[in-house]
Amino acid sequence: MTLLDFARGPALYWSVLILIGGLVWRLSGVLFLPFQRNLATPRGGGIEPVYGAISTIFSRMLPHREFWHRTAVGGMLGYAFHIGLLVIVVGGAAHVAVIKSATGLSWTPLPKGIIALVSGMTFTVLIIVLIRRLMHPVLRLLSNFDDYASLVLTIFPVLTGILLAGETFGSFGLLLAIHILSVTALMIWLPFGKLAHTVFVFFGRGALGANFARKGAAK
Amino acid sequence: MPERMLGEELALHKISRRKLLKFATAMAASLALHPSMAAAIAENLAKARRQSVIWISGQECTGCLETITRSASPTLESLIFDFISLDYQSVLMAAAGEAADRTLREAAAANKGNYLLAIDGSLSIKDGGVYSMTGGRSDLQILREFAGNAKAILAIGTCAAYGGIPKAAPNPTGAAGIEDVIGDKPIVNIPGCPPIPEVLTGVLVNFLSFGRLPDLDEQKRPLAYFGTTIHDQCYRRPFYDQGKFAKSFDDEGARQGWCLFELGCKGPITQNACASLKWNGGTSFPIQSGHGCLGCAEPDFWDKGSFYTSLAGGQGPGWKDIAIASGAGLAAGTAAAIAARRSRSAIDQSIEHERKTKSGTET
Repeated sequence: MTLLDFARGPALYWSVLILIGGLVWRLSGVLFLPFQRNLATPRGGGIEPVYGAISTIFSRMLPHREFWHRTAVGGMLGYAFHIGLLVIVVGGAAHVAVIKSATGLSWTPLPKGIIALVSGMTFTVLIIVLIRRLMHPVLRLLSNFDDYASLVLTIFPVLTGILLAGETFGSFGLLLAIHILSVTALMIWLPFGKLAHTVFVFFGRGALGANFARKGAAK
Repeated sequence: MPERMLGEELALHKISRRKLLKFATAMAASLALHPSMAAAIAENLAKARRQSVIWISGQECTGCLETITRSASPTLESLIFDFISLDYQSVLMAAAGEAADRTLREAAAANKGNYLLAIDGSLSIKDGGVYSMTGGRSDLQILREFAGNAKAILAIGTCAAYGGIPKAAPNPTGAAGIEDVIGDKPIVNIPGCPPIPEVLTGVLVNFLSFGRLPDLDEQKRPLAYFGTTIHDQCYRRPFYDQGKFAKSFDDEGARQGWCLFELGCKGPITQNACASLKWNGGTSFPIQSGHGCLGCAEPDFWDKGSFYTSLAGGQGPGWKDIAIASGAGLAAGTAAAIAARRSRSAIDQSIEHERKTKSGTET
């Protein structure tokens, strides 16, 4: 079995199962936790909790004007690489082919040049984010293994994807194997570290928004 | 009568030195040699004597032999084949049965230590090789007997090189490639299902001209033909670079001749000369005919999933496996939540008990 066979075979197979099983485990574990019963009377006049949940999911994506002067750099960097990752994943021709083979869903991919540009930008921003985390005195104190592992495991697929698209060294098969393995590593880590925010963020914000609505504090 | 040299034979067939030189130039280019080597090849070819070749077969479909016999009609290449003394080839030779077997032994004895042993087909090694036998002897026994006195072994086709289709799971005959069995002889693998006939010609010319086998890669394939991937030489490569892919075999992209990567083409991971030498005298090759490369020159190509799954994809789990994983995750999460609820309930009861006790003491 070659490295590529391993990557496209057992590594991909088990990493997808670990990703899905792990995420369901984490989510169900949180959703079925005992909630403290709120005995206070709901404050009237506001919106329904379900609308509060939905509106907060989106409103929290926007920066707060009050803190913008302090969070602008971090916020911009965050936007840049999150949007970049989304464009690469849903716009890259090879990724669209993977999604099609897995789900049957397909759409027109973005031109290779645009993906190359976005990939370069995303990689650069992710490196800046990593350096910032290493250099910033407060961020450095707050960071643990999970933060660095999550960041490195996000950077690696972008880097290997760029190397693969450019066929920079070695054989196509080797570069493809390394790229797929880097993605499988990301998928295996995702449910168990801070990368789980890709799913948890919606539930967390939703619960918060519903609570705000009950207290009459949601917009 | 003294044995004639190839140059004399060619002259008898009215092949001029000029034609020989042209052929040698083409061969030098095909072998990725410097153009100046063409003259040396022509010179050495003219001086060479007929090379004895003994061709035996394992578990094969005769496709390799078919393609090589159709390498070209009466061209100089086929004449070169004429000047190889093909001393044994069970399909092509007139003799059969014990007469053929006797011919094989006589040829091997007469050219002891000097003949090239060509073999197509894989070897059955399970249960002593009983699944493929000729004249009461297994292919394994025949190979071992004649490999010992061969100068080198040419493993022709993917089956001989790596086991090929007979080795496909579940491999009931224990099929294996030649180098899995023979370790003490120079081996040249010429994989392909079937292999490109000109590659075999090139290897023979190299051997006749320079008295040695061509440079090989780590899989013992001639570097000149297997040094790059089909993808790198493919005329559709510019479309890959532009991100223009056919999505189905009958869409506009397919009609425009766009890249077949998304339709499962294995060209990017297959090393062979199909895109440069092509087939049927340079007429076409599978990708030019509108079908992706199957990767037939690579080991275990039959067991690497669907021919129509893009290399970007893989053998991920099916929906049933995903449902099972989700169920397992749900069970684990629910169990964790129930454990947390019980723990919480126990704490609440403890607090309540403490509160009541405190309240009773105060009254």
